Amino acid sequence: MTRRRRQGAWWQPYLYVLPAFVVFALFIGVPMIQTLYYSFWNWDGLSSATWDGVGNYLALFTDPTLRGSFAHAFVLLIFFSAIPVVLGLVLTAVMSRAHRMPGLSFFRTVMFLPQVVTTVAVATIWIAIYAQDGLLNQLLRVVGLSGLAQPWLGSFAYSLPAVGFVGTWLNFGLCMVLFISGIGSIPPERFEAARLDGAGAAREFFSITLPGIRGQLASALTLTIISGLKTFDLVYVTTSGGPGGSTSVPAFEVYNMAFNQGSVGGAAAVGVALTVLISIITAVVNRIQPREAE
Amino acid sequence: MRIARGEYALNYVILALFALFALLPFVGVVLNALDPEGTNNSGFAFPTHPSFGNFVEAWTVGHFSDYMLSSVVVTVSVVVLSILLTVPAAFAFARMRFRFSGIIFGLLVLGLIIPDEAIIIPLYFDLRDVGLTDTYWALILPQVAQSIAFGVFWMRAAFRTFPQSVIDAARIDGASDFRILWQVLLPTARPAVTTLALLIAMWTWNSFIIPLVMISGNSFRTVPLGLAFFQGEHTTDYALLSAAALIIAAPIVLLYLFLQRSFIRGMLGGAVKD
Repeated sequence: MTRRRRQGAWWQPYLYVLPAFVVFALFIGVPMIQTLYYSFWNWDGLSSATWDGVGNYLALFTDPTLRGSFAHAFVLLIFFSAIPVVLGLVLTAVMSRAHRMPGLSFFRTVMFLPQVVTTVAVATIWIAIYAQDGLLNQLLRVVGLSGLAQPWLGSFAYSLPAVGFVGTWLNFGLCMVLFISGIGSIPPERFEAARLDGAGAAREFFSITLPGIRGQLASALTLTIISGLKTFDLVYVTTSGGPGGSTSVPAFEVYNMAFNQGSVGGAAAVGVALTVLISIITAVVNRIQPREAE
Repeated sequence: MRIARGEYALNYVILALFALFALLPFVGVVLNALDPEGTNNSGFAFPTHPSFGNFVEAWTVGHFSDYMLSSVVVTVSVVVLSILLTVPAAFAFARMRFRFSGIIFGLLVLGLIIPDEAIIIPLYFDLRDVGLTDTYWALILPQVAQSIAFGVFWMRAAFRTFPQSVIDAARIDGASDFRILWQVLLPTARPAVTTLALLIAMWTWNSFIIPLVMISGNSFRTVPLGLAFFQGEHTTDYALLSAAALIIAAPIVLLYLFLQRSFIRGMLGGAVKD
């Protein structure tokens, strides 16, 4: 019997990878490099560009609109990430054995539902809720707070929190589902042992639950922070950055500057800054991810 | 381990409250959509004469039947192309040894954190220069590229769990790499492929900024873009807008309800490193 080659030629693996790599390079790799290149130029998208050095990056700090948009993004992170994660942790602590309950999959399906609905539809739903005669104002009138009723998305003071709260609604279920599944992977004997030792609820949470769901916590933070920083659809549809720029965020500014205001170079710089910000935060959050299986 | 009855009840109360919080906006939108045409109630009220007129109007007058067709064409193309490109690449990364495989894989996975906003500007000018804006290609190709990042990451993990001994046995029987992938690995990795296909379908269906930038006219508009424009034209016609929102969310929501395990596993598993 002739001995067959156990592996193909050296170039064979590259052939398997090549098609995917080419498409990726053409439509993500090259544009990413181009964005970086654009960001050093002053260009309106029509006439010829002039070299600007780091001018567009300095504008991120000096231009009040741009500075504001990054500040708004951090406010949104409180709503998109901090509140859902903290809320999820508190509730998980309270129901530390919820994963054994019958009917859990029903609740999981319902709480996760906001994640799969297209953001444009979500925005449409919440526009109606925040409208003058919408659900929110209706509730306020019912509980006798009709003085507070107002068109929320049109308010300078409340439009940003109103947009942010949609993020809380979007992301809390994701956090709950992650944490509950994380608890399910902690051996029940550990809780039992802790209780036998007379550990209180707080002690149990910090010494068993929290370390046990570190991986899920890292995922929840990564997913929610990225979703907060990338918020574009929601802002575009609900407020278009208004009123008076009070809900403008970096992702929206990239689009607005490049395609409405003819400031392509500046928009590119915002895009690069956003990518850097996302990379740094992802890298930092990943440090709480457990390295190996204990 | 037994769970105390009090704890049980408390758990259900908490879960129920939060499920209600998640559902309330959806209930509101269904009630709004059922309002008879012309009545503009954005709040919470049970329609006394529920009517499906808004769905009919959105579907015909709002051109949602056209938008739906575009979305289906784009979504199916992206799913098929992405899987065809991703599976062989992931197989090579999981099962073959070659130089620079780590670096190439790292580059592809970097795509997971690159936001649309960081590539959309040059992508628009590049595609316009070659005459591809206002075509399906401008919607399909960038979306395929984005799906590759996650797909390679996801399928490599799936292929890695397969026992090496079975592959060795197939090799001894003279099976080529291609046959091993096609006839040995892929059948067992079917759940992973299903999850991947569902996620790619959802991302493509829901994608907004790419169609917004690439498509200027009324043709080729996908459903989210259609809804955004519809929104601009009928700002306060909440009943009509609610019906339109339900129409465009329905296909993915239905898929989700039937295959929720797959969806949740993918959306959460993708973020958890193995």
